[in-house]
Amino acid sequence: MAEFRMPSLGADMQSGKLLEWKVAPGTLVKRGQVVAVVGTEKGDIEVEVFEEGLIQNFAVQEGAEVPVGAPLAWIDGGAAHPGQPEKNAPPPAVEKTEQRIRVSPLARKLAAELGVDLTQIQGSGPHGAIDKDDIERAARQTAPPLPAAEGTPGKADFQAGMRRAIALAMTRANRDIPHYYLECRIDMTRALSWLEAENLKRPIQNRLLPAVLLIKAVAKALVKVPQLNGYWTEDALQIAEGIHIGFAIALRQGGLVTPAIHHADLQGADELMANLRDLILRTRSGRLRSSELTDATITVTHLGDLGVEKVFGVIYPPQVALVGFGKISEEVWVEKGMLGVRPVLHATLAGDHRASDGRTGAEFLESLDQLLQAPEALFAA
Amino acid sequence: MNAVKNFGPKELRQIVLSQLHGLAPEADLSTLRPHDDLRETLEIDSFDFLNFLIALDQEVGVEIPEKDYGKVGTLAGLMDYLLVRLPEAT
Repeated sequence: MAEFRMPSLGADMQSGKLLEWKVAPGTLVKRGQVVAVVGTEKGDIEVEVFEEGLIQNFAVQEGAEVPVGAPLAWIDGGAAHPGQPEKNAPPPAVEKTEQRIRVSPLARKLAAELGVDLTQIQGSGPHGAIDKDDIERAARQTAPPLPAAEGTPGKADFQAGMRRAIALAMTRANRDIPHYYLECRIDMTRALSWLEAENLKRPIQNRLLPAVLLIKAVAKALVKVPQLNGYWTEDALQIAEGIHIGFAIALRQGGLVTPAIHHADLQGADELMANLRDLILRTRSGRLRSSELTDATITVTHLGDLGVEKVFGVIYPPQVALVGFGKISEEVWVEKGMLGVRPVLHATLAGDHRASDGRTGAEFLESLDQLLQAPEALFAA
Repeated sequence: MNAVKNFGPKELRQIVLSQLHGLAPEADLSTLRPHDDLRETLEIDSFDFLNFLIALDQEVGVEIPEKDYGKVGTLAGLMDYLLVRLPEAT
């Protein structure tokens, strides 16, 4: 019997509100299936399940505020294959308490307020139950303390909640990550003429944006320099297998979300454009999936769209790098002793110096530049 | 493109403004001057700008190629551009 728990949808999340169950007890669920909708500071998120099995019963009802890591439902993995059903009954109470974290209601509430991860605590109460003192002790050990959140806000102060979530993540980033910054200028003549030619072939609805080229180029550069694609966890760099680009999407009402474009290195131009379009629309309407909020292995921010020349970003922990793109504008360019004017893009890299050195960052930017000089090869299989 | 309709400058302006309002609902379009940079003034990113052009194509039947983006960056420029290219004017 597996526990399906409230996922952590970002470094900053402490709890979420279970808004809606998309399945009923007795439903057979598949890996990746959306089973619930959870309200968070980043909007309402469709939460996916990561194992196959039969939903046995729910641990919480709709409307409940649930701390990260606390059980939402129990899933019977053994009943994944119909035809050999296990007994379709709720698990005995004893089994339930063995698996769930023993914690007093007061301690659970306090943990949510102080941002303490219940799964990381050894309880000192009877049968290892976690009590109020354990929570306070754990909270003190997380030094220096982050500003405590006042529970999860309702819809009305969604913006305040989003602001606070960004504040928590960025405070942590600035406190823990020794950033280094690199910048290079990229001649975009070839990339833009390729794009223009491609777009002439398409109806206006299928036109590609420069962002598609940039995302693909970042993804391919990461294939060559994988050290920037991953996470810093437990004092070590964990290079991620898939390349999932978190693309910063600003919301008009304020704040931003960086949902992941999965396997960007493997996608064709039209596929990538369609996915980007879908992702932007769902980010704005507040309907992202949990995997999109948690899977990004690097972040790309494209502030150039609003006229900024270059961006020096703050890394989103536990990621180890952020790529910033400024505006593409005409600049004086010297090549082989000749003076000319070219469309130029300023690309920057913010790297986590614990995970990589400037040399690695430089290799990445160089590779990015080379890829954008051969746009026709970028999407070749 | 929908059925070709007869657009005067007034109706065309109405269509353009209503599309802009959809993109930037918080902006006061009555303060938008003819030669203001649309994207900068209304903070329209490239994604929204493309959606704006797609909507214009559907509503008035004029498809603006990328090479002409520079000509349609202001309300005045866009109006001039569209008026001479409306389907029945060709």
